[in-house]
Amino acid sequence: MRLIPTRAWAATILFTAFAVLPFLAVALDDSYLVVIASRILCYAIAALALDLILGYGGMVSFGHAAYLGIGAYAVAILSRAGITDLGLHMLAAIAAAAVFALVTGAISLRTRGIYFIMITLAFAQMAYFFFVSLSAYGGDDGVTLNARSTLFGQTILEDDTALYYAVLVLLIGLYLLAVAITRSRFGRVLTGARENPVRMQAIGFSPFRYQLTAFVISGCMTAIAGVMLANQTSYVSPAFMNWHRSGELVVMVVFGGIGNLLGAVAGATIALLLEEWLAVLTKHWPLLFGLILVLVVLYSRDGLSGLFRRRR
Amino acid sequence: MNLLEVRNLRKSYGALKVTDDLDLSVEEGELHAIIGPNGAGKSTLIAQLSGQATSDGGSVRFDGTEMMGRPMHRRVRVGMSRSFQITSILPGFTALENVASAVQARSGSSFRFFSPVAEERDLNDQALAALDRVGIADRAFFNAGSLSHGEKRQLELAIALATRPRLLLLDEPLAGTSGAEADRLIQVMRGLKGDVTLVLIEHDMDAVFALADRVSVLVYGRIIATGTPDRIRDDPQVRAAYLGEEEGT
Repeated sequence: MRLIPTRAWAATILFTAFAVLPFLAVALDDSYLVVIASRILCYAIAALALDLILGYGGMVSFGHAAYLGIGAYAVAILSRAGITDLGLHMLAAIAAAAVFALVTGAISLRTRGIYFIMITLAFAQMAYFFFVSLSAYGGDDGVTLNARSTLFGQTILEDDTALYYAVLVLLIGLYLLAVAITRSRFGRVLTGARENPVRMQAIGFSPFRYQLTAFVISGCMTAIAGVMLANQTSYVSPAFMNWHRSGELVVMVVFGGIGNLLGAVAGATIALLLEEWLAVLTKHWPLLFGLILVLVVLYSRDGLSGLFRRRR
Repeated sequence: MNLLEVRNLRKSYGALKVTDDLDLSVEEGELHAIIGPNGAGKSTLIAQLSGQATSDGGSVRFDGTEMMGRPMHRRVRVGMSRSFQITSILPGFTALENVASAVQARSGSSFRFFSPVAEERDLNDQALAALDRVGIADRAFFNAGSLSHGEKRQLELAIALATRPRLLLLDEPLAGTSGAEADRLIQVMRGLKGDVTLVLIEHDMDAVFALADRVSVLVYGRIIATGTPDRIRDDPQVRAAYLGEEEGT
């Protein structure tokens, strides 16, 4: 009970920090800051989406990069066809992600534990190889986007700061949505099914329907991140759905603390910042990154958010 | 009239017939105890009746409707609930949330995504009433995982009650409870008699003979006798198969 206001404060502080960051970038005359921060926010959306099913639903999806790719290719394919509107890109991305999540989720949810991890990975790899063989869109090499998505016919998103704020607004909206879901009737059933599925059946719930719904919601949210990421990089390739990418998303969630939505945002932030900073220090940065991850997992099962909680 | 009508129910694990052409009739409103030595197949029977375990054959009719092939959650929705011998709760939820979840399952859709469930007074009030009935209302805001064993047994019963069953299948509700906790649970079960039809599996013979309207004796997957507690106590076949064993040891 006491945690809720604390979390609201933490969320306010974190999102306010993100909101003032472009001003800092201007003051420091460092335009790259906004670019990297946009990337961070896109991944934060994806990590948030993954945490919804991983942390609350107990479903460890090791194929969530597929949805990033679906979102990104929605932008590439529609733009090529002359449709540049962001809203339509979003709609197409969400619809495609929903179908993919519904089909693969319905099959994956017949399994549990390591088998669920493997089957979600397998489906994501299938999507990866599908786009690798899609020569019309560059196959392995992917395609460069000539322009970013338009908003109400305006090319406003060409401005890096405008794009940054668009992603931030989406992140905050989706964060609030995810928090509401976890506290709703639906969220209670989802969490209960993670805690003890047999108990949920014995009070009259069929966990499958709720888990599948959550899986689809999470996939759609991740596709939104993919749409924004494609706009941020102006480049779309199958690498978006590589299994490394799926692993990175899981790492971000673990980093921030499983089952803590704000932690997922913080986890994405710290993981990408570390990547930036450590890469400057040494080309062997993944070693250091791995070491830090080991330490976080060993000393705080709740990830970074657990460290803060302990200090309080 | 019989609320539960079981005919030729079968289940085998390999060559072992755990439930062997079992017949059982439970009248509406009665407390029907099922006793039998360890390994007689009592818990398997509850699992089959509740739909948690599949059956190899036979018929389970609840209020005239065939239940075979229906999964557990759909049997609960028509009024067949169960409790577990090995406590099955949501350890990370509070006691109140455990029970409120059961209330939620039968009151409206759970495909609601926006309004906070913790603030639904109707769910909480009903959950609190169920906790009060089993005597652990003061534990409402404790994490279920942190409750004592006896309190978890009480919670288990409160959850089952909160589903508002017409037929409640109780699998050793007294297992591992202390004297005071057991007394409380026996009192609750006595209070339920008449309102809810009860099938009770229990090793505590004092409780069984004090509570039951009728007793069935299960041995090697078959009911060998059914009758009033007095009749069962005097049945020579039962004494030989079961009670006699206990008196002899």
